[in-house]
Amino acid sequence: MPGLRSLNLTLNGDLVQVAAPEHWTLLEVLRYSLGLTGSKQGCDKGDCGACTVLMDGEPVLACLTLAAAAEGKQIVTIEGLAPLHKRAGGSGVDPVQDAFDRSGALQCGFCQPGMILSAKALLDKNPKPTRDEIKQALSGNLCRCTGYTQILEAVEVAAAEARGEVPPGPRWRRFEG
Amino acid sequence: MTSLGKPIAHESACDHVTGSALYTDDLAGRFPGLLHAHPVTAPHAHARVVALDPSAALAEPGVVRVLGPADVPGENQIGPARPDEPLFPSEVMFHGQAVAWVLAESEESARRGAAAVRVDYQPLPATLDLEAAIAAEQFLTDPLRLQRGDAAAGLERAPHRLTGELFVGGQEHFYLETQSAIAHLDEQGRVFVHSSTQHPSETQEIVARVLGLRKHDVTVQCLRMGGAFGGKEVQANAWAAVAALGARLTGRPTRVRLSRAHDTTLTGKRHPVLGRFEVGFDAQGTLLALRMQLFADGGWCLDLSEPIVYRALFHSDNAYRIRDVELVGRVVRTHKTSMTAFRGFGGPQGMIMIEEIVDRVARTLGIEPHQVRERNFYREGDCTPYGQVVRDPDRMPRIWGELTASCDYFERRRQIAEHNSRAPHAKRGLAITPVKFGISFTTAFFNQGGALVLVYADGSVQVNHGGTEMGQGLHTKMLQVAAHTLGVPMAAVRMMPTQTDKVPNTSATAASSGADLNGAALKVACETLRARLAEVAAPELGAAPDELVFDEGRVFARSRPERALTFSHVAHQAHFQRVPLLATGYYRTPGIQFDKVTGTGKPFHYFAYGAAATEVEVDGFTGMYSVRRVDILHDVGDSLSPLVDRGQIEGGFVQGLGWLTLEELVWNADGRLATENASTYKLPGLGECPPIFNVALLGRASEPDVVYGSKAVGEPPFMLAISAREALRDAVAAFGAGAAGVVELASPATPEAVFWAVERVRRSGSKA
Repeated sequence: MPGLRSLNLTLNGDLVQVAAPEHWTLLEVLRYSLGLTGSKQGCDKGDCGACTVLMDGEPVLACLTLAAAAEGKQIVTIEGLAPLHKRAGGSGVDPVQDAFDRSGALQCGFCQPGMILSAKALLDKNPKPTRDEIKQALSGNLCRCTGYTQILEAVEVAAAEARGEVPPGPRWRRFEG
Repeated sequence: MTSLGKPIAHESACDHVTGSALYTDDLAGRFPGLLHAHPVTAPHAHARVVALDPSAALAEPGVVRVLGPADVPGENQIGPARPDEPLFPSEVMFHGQAVAWVLAESEESARRGAAAVRVDYQPLPATLDLEAAIAAEQFLTDPLRLQRGDAAAGLERAPHRLTGELFVGGQEHFYLETQSAIAHLDEQGRVFVHSSTQHPSETQEIVARVLGLRKHDVTVQCLRMGGAFGGKEVQANAWAAVAALGARLTGRPTRVRLSRAHDTTLTGKRHPVLGRFEVGFDAQGTLLALRMQLFADGGWCLDLSEPIVYRALFHSDNAYRIRDVELVGRVVRTHKTSMTAFRGFGGPQGMIMIEEIVDRVARTLGIEPHQVRERNFYREGDCTPYGQVVRDPDRMPRIWGELTASCDYFERRRQIAEHNSRAPHAKRGLAITPVKFGISFTTAFFNQGGALVLVYADGSVQVNHGGTEMGQGLHTKMLQVAAHTLGVPMAAVRMMPTQTDKVPNTSATAASSGADLNGAALKVACETLRARLAEVAAPELGAAPDELVFDEGRVFARSRPERALTFSHVAHQAHFQRVPLLATGYYRTPGIQFDKVTGTGKPFHYFAYGAAATEVEVDGFTGMYSVRRVDILHDVGDSLSPLVDRGQIEGGFVQGLGWLTLEELVWNADGRLATENASTYKLPGLGECPPIFNVALLGRASEPDVVYGSKAVGEPPFMLAISAREALRDAVAAFGAGAAGVVELASPATPEAVFWAVERVRRSGSKA
């Protein structure tokens, strides 16, 4: 059996030391060593985006990232968003999480952590993305349930609210004709 | 004040967005000493297992045990409908089938162990091709028949006749959460299984069967699923059985989590179907007679294929009246994984055939397909081919008319014709198609639901029902129903995980029926409790029990709303007065039956209706296309939860779009599935999300005899995507010269298929 490696990670703002097999991926360390099961394993090989986490603010696929390569970087998982938001003086959950919650942007929820982190990375860099820019930024995240429209709307809601604007209304209605 | 009918967020949304919503495999860290299971898979599509030697595997560090047929204390059999599915087979029936399982201290050790198990196979001839299997008469069922009138005479009499065939491909579920189960021995030494299953009661039954136990010795829980779509209706059972067997034999908790590649190769898919048809019609496109055979590729064993093919036959009329009909379905056996339930359950395969036929009739006659569809809708007093009266036949024309107007159909057709006349290499197409989908399990006894509701003396409530949550929002709707019926705020009600020790003998959460069956049962239980609480509150309020109103945690007489008791106070009083605060609810759908011998009956409680208009643009050089706009008008009755229903409609449409335009299953010559992950199997991504996507729920559509006037919504919208296929065909036709004639288009209509369709149209110099 391969040996264990002691890893020093900066995870959700905290320093974490953990011993894990040296060839383990970041996803394995998160899920199996640290019990952080919010990052999901959907396809095992970087096709689906369910394991997306932030590394120095960039979305990366934790299932394709060696845990050892994450040392010295700032890692943020879905579990860290709300605590980091509070630590920064905010209340409740991160506004992106809140927008996804209210917009019906999830059904089974399995793709959600990855979607939210990809959206978070986008909005941190580009506070006023166009619909095409949102599609581009989230194109590595698959969702099998929603058909995506409500996810796009959630990102637009989060972006608009962060700018202090009234978000666009949902594009649907009850037909009373 | 109540949340019923309001667009509220999914009940677990808050847990989902913070990463705290747990799925089956997320529990793994809670079981010290957990064993990991890995399958030993066969490299042949058909072979006899001559010898299986685990000794090298057992020598691998960390390997604890190798499970094979000799280890099964009960029956080595997991077939849900017919005993044709050994858990550990002696004859391999598809490429990648699991012949043994290795249990080890870690996932890696289990994998190494599985690679070290020595299996000797004697390869046997395999049938992979559907038409070859039909020719060899390899069938899993007798012919399944529906007929009405005299198809032969009707075809003879018809002024025009047309014959043809269409093959429609299957579809991988690709739920984001792969199949998983964790089993352990509970505090009483009995088997407890966490399973990602749509059907906990059947998982319980299969686990008990394999272990040789009675059902009361096995408890199955499903917290939630990361998507299922039918793929976990019966095909979750095998993994639960392996985990339970491991736990039972070793005494240690045992985990099965299929890797994506194992999930796609081991589990079933939507049935690929070959349809052969002959249709008779008149010069206006009125359908007069239809004779059709549907051959469904069932894979290696029966699974749910018989009711799936029945449902395909039941939807071979879609929304259209045809006087003389003869429909025959067969389930064909091939050496592939066993095809299974998938959203629509055969309905989409039946429906696409009649839409294909209608389009061919229209283009043969040179009439607009839109007109031919409209001309053939069911009318008052009409019966389906299986003899069920079509109730509310005006619903479809109403939806059709409203959608045609709201999507500006005729003006856009004019604009598209103008665009197409100017753009030789980029043609647009627009089509509108209807959906009429029957709601109920077609096997009558499945149509029952149960609930158990507990009110605590502080006024808080726990709700249990037999349905499972797979993302479709069932628990959200059930919380709304319970809170509304009891007259308490949603926050006062807790939805308990679905567990077989709360509601026994449940049906699968399937056939779009979850809210109908469980909601009706839950309503009964809550009404029982409310009536008892009204008796308690009435004297204190100085009013008769039937005058009381329960609203958002307040109880008051209708005539004196200002004087109210709290629900908590009434619950406390009830406990003090020895009034029972637990109640069960039960519901069975009335009046449904179907006779397989005569092929007639009333298999459906009601029909769900909808229509979609889709516009596409096709590039003539490459066959690449884009969906430009989608408009949907769908009938969900009085929506219990409009945000949830909207999600089902949009998500169903896009999943249907995937089936019809992108998702292509490929098996290689050895029978190995070549499209085993999302890198080779193209799923709809954000790029495929229609840029304009207008969804509306039909108003004035209350459905009598269904919980709070609602309608089922899980499956019907899937078939709205047929409009995209027909829009592509419309665009393909525009590349031709304008003459009448059938425009052939393969399914799925991938860019490659569209390219060849354009080439055919161009070469023939004809346009439909």
